[in-house]
Amino acid sequence: MQLEASVATAAPPAESVADGTLLYVDGVTVSFDGFKALNSLSLVIDPGELRAIIGPNGAGKTTMMDVITGKTRPDEGTILFEGGHDLTRLDEPTIAELGIGRKFQKPTVFEALTVFENLDLALKMDRRVFPTLWATLDRTRRDRIHQVLETIGLAPRLEMRAGALSHGQKQWLEIGMLLVQDQKLLLLDEPVAGMTDSETEATVGLLLDIAKNRSVIIVEHDMEFVRALECRVTVLHEGSVLAEGDIETVQANDRVIEVYLGR
Amino acid sequence: MGPITRRIGTLQGPRGWAVFFALIAIALLVPLLNLMVPAGSLFYVPDYVVPLLGKYLCFALLALSLDLVWGFAGVLSLGHGAFFALGGYAMGMHLMREIGDRGVYGNPLLPDFMVFLDWDHLPWYWYGFDQFWFASLMVFLVPGVLAFVFGWFAFRSRITGVYLSIISQAMTYALMLAFFRNEMGFGGNNGLTDFKDVLGFDLSTPGTRAGLYVLTVLALGLAFLICRFVVKSKLGRVATAIRDAESRVRFLGYRTDRFKLFLWTLSAMLAGMAGALYVPQVGIINPGEFSPANSIEVAVWVAVGGRGTLFGAIIGAFTVNGAKSFFTGWAPEYWLYFLGALFIIVTLFLPGGLVQLASRVRDGFTGGRNRGLRAARRSARATEGETSHAT
Repeated sequence: MQLEASVATAAPPAESVADGTLLYVDGVTVSFDGFKALNSLSLVIDPGELRAIIGPNGAGKTTMMDVITGKTRPDEGTILFEGGHDLTRLDEPTIAELGIGRKFQKPTVFEALTVFENLDLALKMDRRVFPTLWATLDRTRRDRIHQVLETIGLAPRLEMRAGALSHGQKQWLEIGMLLVQDQKLLLLDEPVAGMTDSETEATVGLLLDIAKNRSVIIVEHDMEFVRALECRVTVLHEGSVLAEGDIETVQANDRVIEVYLGR
Repeated sequence: MGPITRRIGTLQGPRGWAVFFALIAIALLVPLLNLMVPAGSLFYVPDYVVPLLGKYLCFALLALSLDLVWGFAGVLSLGHGAFFALGGYAMGMHLMREIGDRGVYGNPLLPDFMVFLDWDHLPWYWYGFDQFWFASLMVFLVPGVLAFVFGWFAFRSRITGVYLSIISQAMTYALMLAFFRNEMGFGGNNGLTDFKDVLGFDLSTPGTRAGLYVLTVLALGLAFLICRFVVKSKLGRVATAIRDAESRVRFLGYRTDRFKLFLWTLSAMLAGMAGALYVPQVGIINPGEFSPANSIEVAVWVAVGGRGTLFGAIIGAFTVNGAKSFFTGWAPEYWLYFLGALFIIVTLFLPGGLVQLASRVRDGFTGGRNRGLRAARRSARATEGETSHAT
């Protein structure tokens, strides 16, 4: 409380705007060798919100995820989580511990470990070295993993090496890993890339289910998929927000048609 | 501690434990056959074999320590010889002090090389080494602290892969140059030698040698179990994950640098223990042990045996060193060619090392039946888990 109060007096406008938001991104700029991957990007995500982010290649979608998760430091701008944590100053593990999970475009599961072990690593538990050395799985945690295995449809494959899974199954395993982490905000980079139509359909159901209990940001190319999510859409272009609104509004926007949909 | 003791029991299957104790028993047979069997007998083990095998055991321990960081966390150290040598020097310093006034110059306080250099007092960093307990502590502490400091900076700065290998190589090279200098006070290029006894036991007697050998067997067995405990723990799985996709592990909330630092430091301490057991058995420690080539050879042992298996590291150390002893007696000029060829063959045809070869042969004999059986058992267990969840 003390801290919040003092921060509020230090920078009143930004703080009061960020209050009550889950993620508050304001004026974030990232340049690589003069090229602005993000150009004064601003974005607000509310608790419990599902948001789709679309944009052509090079619009800055992945860079945006990188700055939110601490992989890349922005040159300027503010990123606040839950109104108080300044994400621009924290590293990846700290941000993950605060409650932000990330799924990469290319599914990255730990191939040498089994499906069960992958989930066990992701499970919300003490992440320090020695507690990890002595860690054992108790009943509730084991049940939690089995529950998620059911959700992602991999229960029959729990002893299988993750490297032997199909592409779609790896995507689901990765989503499952985000579920057992019990994060407040999930960033999903093209979660249906490379999936068959039926897999995509199943994934939409899964994601809508997940979004009931937490905020989710989905970066996507696939318009049909975004339409199926029925959520607020943000269009990125050259590192900043071009348009925002529901899918119909966005698709009717002249500038969006010009830079993205029209082609 | 209930679950921990249970975990120690399940570190390996019943067959694993059987093999483990059988190997320890066979290893312990060697000094018995040396001491108890008359020299003419078929079962007699000659005197020279005991310290030779003891030396291999120390190398196996060193290889094991490297496998812990390389095989499981993907950190290829090409400077592990430095930790081995530091442990060796710590023990060597104690053995020097135990010589007392029996040295060539008969100085009760100063080792011969210091008298020779006209030093009139013992350097401060030699204090305490007259005590065995202190030296034993330093055997772990000196390599451990060096590894901790080195790893702290290297892993925090996210130095990985070949860059880490190179700076670890630079570390051991720098130490070699430093230890070659007489002013360092570690005996310069002659190193430390002419040891007389340890804890009052004469180092030249077969009994003491057998004792050192037994200690080394037990140390290797214990280190194997410690490593096994670590790699079988959740921490071991985090390490494997770091090896395969480090940045992903960071996004899961693990501070990967600290996990690597833990394994790295533990590994260095095991290497130090190996060095400390090595020195009294070979009777000398000199800066040559820091040479980069030595450290590279350790990586070859691990690769040949099969990395990421622990057991493979031990097999590799024995195989390569056994071959080395054989070749250097028979055709020394060909040894390096043989070593190079062995490394290339293993890399090309047996990426999993000799351990992989063994499992291939076994599967060949049983027509892959075991593998099918194992898979069936696995899926049975999987269904079991499923139904237990459903109820």
